[in-house]
Amino acid sequence: MKNKFGVVVFPGSNCDHDAYYALKKFFNADVNFLWHKEHDTQKSDVIILPGGFSYGDYLRCGAIARFSPIMNSVIDFANKGGIVIGICNGFQVLLEAGLLPGVMIKNKSLQFVCKDVYLSVENKNTIFTNKINNSKSIKIPVAHGEGNYFADDETLKSLLDNNQIVFKYSSKDGNFSEESNPNGSTENIAGIINKNGNVLGMMPHPERACDPVLGKTDGRMFFESILSSLN
Amino acid sequence: MFKAKVLIKRRPSILDPQGKAVEKGAMHLGLTNIKDTRIGKFIEFTVDTNNKQAAEKEVNDYCYKLLANPIMEDYEFTLEDVK
Repeated sequence: MKNKFGVVVFPGSNCDHDAYYALKKFFNADVNFLWHKEHDTQKSDVIILPGGFSYGDYLRCGAIARFSPIMNSVIDFANKGGIVIGICNGFQVLLEAGLLPGVMIKNKSLQFVCKDVYLSVENKNTIFTNKINNSKSIKIPVAHGEGNYFADDETLKSLLDNNQIVFKYSSKDGNFSEESNPNGSTENIAGIINKNGNVLGMMPHPERACDPVLGKTDGRMFFESILSSLN
Repeated sequence: MFKAKVLIKRRPSILDPQGKAVEKGAMHLGLTNIKDTRIGKFIEFTVDTNNKQAAEKEVNDYCYKLLANPIMEDYEFTLEDVK
């Protein structure tokens, strides 16, 4: 049986079709859109909260989307061990919903950053990274104005102790510096998982790094990892 | 009925890149004594009840659950009777 992916559509989501396209075209997956006003997750095996500007980013990014009817079902699904991925705005929604620790603030430069970045994969032993075989880094694009991840010292220690930091912004060679950090994130953090390892939030867009027409395909290893974990 | 005025401030331990950038503008204006600019939010609305205790509880819930993110922001509010 094919694995089912559900892509949530909030008012203002704009990477929902990117996720749909990548999963359908390159993995022949069974993908459905989940409208934010619905409660039914349509028996999804994996739920994706896509990038975009849900509710116009009003108040705080993700703050209003977090109270959409579908989110109660997503939180329930996550708490029962279901696989949930938040990409960009989706990551912000997961933070606001309390499914992942920390907060997101404006990029240090105050500028919207839209470019390819390199990520060092800090934990390859996750549902989301087990098929990533690059030794130094993967190339994935970012596009955000508020991707500056902040966590207090206690939260940061807990993230490190539990191996929850999955992706860090790095150079192509996998080294960390201020130059390789596009937004000022604490510890160059680009993506984290929850303690149980079934919820991931990341600012970069793996769905935009699947089609060779776009000049990079490292995002495919991310989805291959998930599919391999499911089967 | 009450008029609520909510002030939301970012915790001192949280960076405020926006405040820093705005303060650069002050420097360019020659306002050299301006320091520690922090940008918060001011929100006002009415609460349609005559019970002050109920109004306080509802406003507090609104602030805690939605208007502010308690991980990085502190809030305070006032209620004014506007019968």
